[in-house]
Amino acid sequence: MALLETRGLTASYGDFQALFGIDVTVGVGETIAIIGANGAGKTTLMRSIAGVLANQAASILYRNEPVGALPAPDVLARGIAMVPEGRKLFPSLTVEENLLVGRYGRKIEGPWNLESVYALFPILKERRNNPSTALSGGQQQMVAIGRALMSNPELLLCDEISLGLAPVVVRDIYAAFPRIRETGASIIIVEQDIAQALKVADRVYCMMEGRVTLSGRSADLTRDAIHKAYFGADPGAEHHELA
Amino acid sequence: MNWLDTILQGILLGGLYALFAAGLSLVFGIMRLVNLAHGDLIVLAAFLILVLVTGLGLNPFLAALVAAPLMFAIGWGLQYFLLNRTLGKDILPPLLVTFGLSIVIQNGLLEGFSADSRRVFAGSLESASVNLGPVTAGVMPLMTFLSAVAVIIALNQMIYRTSVGRAFRATSDDPVTAGLMGIRPQRIFALAAGLAMVVVTIAALYLGTRANFDPTSGPARLIYAFEAVIIGGLGSLWGTLAGGIILGVAQTVGAAINPEWQILSGHLAFLVVLLFKPRGLFPRAVD
Repeated sequence: MALLETRGLTASYGDFQALFGIDVTVGVGETIAIIGANGAGKTTLMRSIAGVLANQAASILYRNEPVGALPAPDVLARGIAMVPEGRKLFPSLTVEENLLVGRYGRKIEGPWNLESVYALFPILKERRNNPSTALSGGQQQMVAIGRALMSNPELLLCDEISLGLAPVVVRDIYAAFPRIRETGASIIIVEQDIAQALKVADRVYCMMEGRVTLSGRSADLTRDAIHKAYFGADPGAEHHELA
Repeated sequence: MNWLDTILQGILLGGLYALFAAGLSLVFGIMRLVNLAHGDLIVLAAFLILVLVTGLGLNPFLAALVAAPLMFAIGWGLQYFLLNRTLGKDILPPLLVTFGLSIVIQNGLLEGFSADSRRVFAGSLESASVNLGPVTAGVMPLMTFLSAVAVIIALNQMIYRTSVGRAFRATSDDPVTAGLMGIRPQRIFALAAGLAMVVVTIAALYLGTRANFDPTSGPARLIYAFEAVIIGGLGSLWGTLAGGIILGVAQTVGAAINPEWQILSGHLAFLVVLLFKPRGLFPRAVD
């Protein structure tokens, strides 16, 4: 059974339609990557799933129940937590307070608590009493991921977690993912770094202009097919380096 | 003239102004809402205490204890069902709605209680005093000041030490992301407004027992509250206490020089602070 399923999901900002009938499924314990260029609708899809944008109830099913119309706190209560694009830490809270606030709406026991988040990202323990604004971009991203984990989610949504970070920092952050997967959580990663996405994901969806243009197992997708789905162009003309 | 005594009386008066202002500061700090009906809500609470004292024969302090949960409910309901609808990028709707609310409260009180000045009698406490070395302080002004300090300590403890306080600050920073943490901003705002009304009830207790009030007394209390909040720096509760004290001392010193200058010198002190420190003395780092 799919943990999460979107069925013909559409989304609009006023007159501008951002998503046109998106069908995506995520299995229990599965990691999915959603790739695509800027403006493809990836973040809109994540915000729809997380309940930031309201949708038709039946367009998003979680454990076979319609959740598309639920507001964000109700979505979180069911076990879907999001690491938002741009990290969105609370500037007036310390590192530890940011982590603790992640538990506010879903205080259930599970693998994640302050101690295990600090074990995952030890630097955060050293900086626990610092204001979140005093951290580097990579450390802030660790707080954002830790904050989402504090609710012990069944499904973790990670929106553009490598954006604006140095490659070495991105590697450090992705190094935490095997540990997160070990807990049995499903993960959706939105990523512009295709190579990184293919490395961590079981399956990949490629989006362009609000539609899914390609999907499949990471191992089965050819470079040319991804290039065509990503840019909508003939891959013969120019070659995109994946690795 | 005993300057020490004048300044002490000013500091104690500042406690009353800080009580007027603390609720306003809390609400502004969390939801950026400027409540123009704040002064009228203080007067409403004072009338509620008056009714409980005269109607049920309660001691004023006990009456305030009974009035506090009622005022909490009024604040919660007002925020949840009315003021939450006005919050957004545009600052005008909350100003207009709270201005209207101010008129509704004033006229409702006029209808119910007439324009007569009222007072809540606190018995022998009103004239009791304690000797503090070279000066003497009234027990009621002293209690007012200590209550203001206690209120500010309690609010700070709640904001900086509890899960709800973290939710207050997170919502103030970014309500959308707070929603992703399971925080419901609309309820957080209603809770903050309810707590502000509990502080308003404490302010009303001392307003009613120390001075006369009538249905139109609210706007003047609102001005003192605003001045205390702005002198102290928007959103800072200790700053609000400092603002209240500066206002109180300026008024008593002005009155000591010439009784006609009491109100004027308070406003002048406010203008001087605004001139040199437009963001107040202790502005919040993140605004």
